[in-house]
Amino acid sequence: MTSVAAHLPRRRPTVLGAAGALVRRHVLTVYSVLFFGYLMLPIAVVAAFSFNHPKGRFNFTWESFTWSNWTHWNAIPGIQSAVELSLEIAVIASVIATGLGTLMALALVRYGFRGRGTTNFIVFLPLSTPEIVLGASLLTLFLNFSFPLGFRTILIAHVMFCVSFAVVTVKARLVGFDRHLEEAAMDLGANEWATFTKVTLPLIAPAILAALLLCFAISVDDFVVTYFVAGNEVTFPIFVWGAARVATPPQINVIGIAFFVIAVTAMLGNVYLQNRRAKAA
Amino acid sequence: MGLSFFHRNRWATPYLLLAPGLLWLAVFFLVPLGFLVYQSLQSGSIVTGFGYAFTWAWGNYWSAIKGYRGEFERSFEYAGLATLIALVVSYPVAYWIAFRGGRWKNLLLLFIVAPFFVTYLIRTLAWQTILADHGLVVRLLTDIHLIPVGGRVLATGTAVVAGITYNFLPFMALPLYVSLEQIDQSLVEAAEDLYASKWVAFLRVTFPLSLPGVVAGTLLTFIPAAGDFINATLLGSPTTHMIGNVINSKFNGTIDYPAAAAMSVILMAIIMAMVLGYARAVGTEKLTG
Repeated sequence: MTSVAAHLPRRRPTVLGAAGALVRRHVLTVYSVLFFGYLMLPIAVVAAFSFNHPKGRFNFTWESFTWSNWTHWNAIPGIQSAVELSLEIAVIASVIATGLGTLMALALVRYGFRGRGTTNFIVFLPLSTPEIVLGASLLTLFLNFSFPLGFRTILIAHVMFCVSFAVVTVKARLVGFDRHLEEAAMDLGANEWATFTKVTLPLIAPAILAALLLCFAISVDDFVVTYFVAGNEVTFPIFVWGAARVATPPQINVIGIAFFVIAVTAMLGNVYLQNRRAKAA
Repeated sequence: MGLSFFHRNRWATPYLLLAPGLLWLAVFFLVPLGFLVYQSLQSGSIVTGFGYAFTWAWGNYWSAIKGYRGEFERSFEYAGLATLIALVVSYPVAYWIAFRGGRWKNLLLLFIVAPFFVTYLIRTLAWQTILADHGLVVRLLTDIHLIPVGGRVLATGTAVVAGITYNFLPFMALPLYVSLEQIDQSLVEAAEDLYASKWVAFLRVTFPLSLPGVVAGTLLTFIPAAGDFINATLLGSPTTHMIGNVINSKFNGTIDYPAAAAMSVILMAIIMAMVLGYARAVGTEKLTG
């Protein structure tokens, strides 16, 4: 957390200037710490209230501590099937979206072709469309073809809004890719397919994994689009929405925090590996 | 065999790679937008039992604007406010991580996106708890006389803006960080060597160089915020409803599809105009990363 600039000799280093810099530096640090506190506050509240034993149907005021929400996480009717549906859709949607997105990213970075700019724009467009418009337009499509709403329509929607994220993620990695490695493989007699599977794919694997995780997280979390196209299916966010009007069982917090802990642990592992690799390099 | 085909037709390779993904986006994103417009020009009602018919019913647009002008204005007002606050609040932190983060950068970025890992609705429900009538925030604000005794935060526009700001903050902070991180520090040092004060160097060098991040973050925050209805539902009251609330209730409640579709098209059109304006200013390549 040391600043490079601070160690460089600067002209006219006055006492006042140095003191000012010191103050400013700490102001920024203190501010940042407060900012992270603000960012974490709702998460802390969710975590704390997952151990609450609410008196009424709503989990808004602290009553007493209990483990039972965690041990009986699926005691609320419908909550387990909602979680399972969300996970199932997230797994399938993230695999399909990452597959499609990786191919598109390869085309966009590796080849100059007519319509590249347009393609870039089409990929970008869903990212700059409010979710409610995505959901509403998909709903009108399905309605006009009398396509029954349910599992399939949720899956279609999730793949649709995940693809762009996958493209962006994989593209970022491909741009910094050293093509000499592929040329070397080809020079050594590997054909295009062997080069792709033995050289390209392993090198972009981290980006593909990142895209998978990102798509998974976005899919699991999605409420708005899903709500429009779900029909009678209930994903976890839809369950929370429905529950929020009549009651908020602490089990909702349990699942929210459980997912948070799993996701953050995975990301921490990733950061740790990156740092170690950076040190080794 | 497939490979020799690729070899012979190298020009076709990018199109083959693009085909499945583009097809998906075309069928399930572009075509639906067309159907949304189609639906918005229909008239009739499901209640009368006849269903809808396409009649170039432009009236849907006029009644949407006339009947829900307040909701439209509120959407852009709240989204604009939240975007501005998010920018001001997260810029110093993005700066701090980019220039003082050192080897902790990745970890700090993880903290920035951490809220995303708690389901959106649950996060917003947590704010309901925090801003509740007898909660900590209200007590604190009453003590320093910012709100009168018995005053509320929940169910006000302030709560809605606060919720939107929080929920979309990472969309602002990340692009800011990315553009700040790319700034060549020697440029700032050069400015200081030329007797610019730290503050002037920031205003004349660092900030202009971070503008791409500012614009990207602004768009990424403003767009989802303008269409949001979760915060207005969970943290606001009917008097703070945004256009998203109306679209949602007309699609999923009262089943008035043409009116809801017309409102969605208007919302999309305003946002598209903004995005296209930006695309023109900086080029799609930069915009799409």
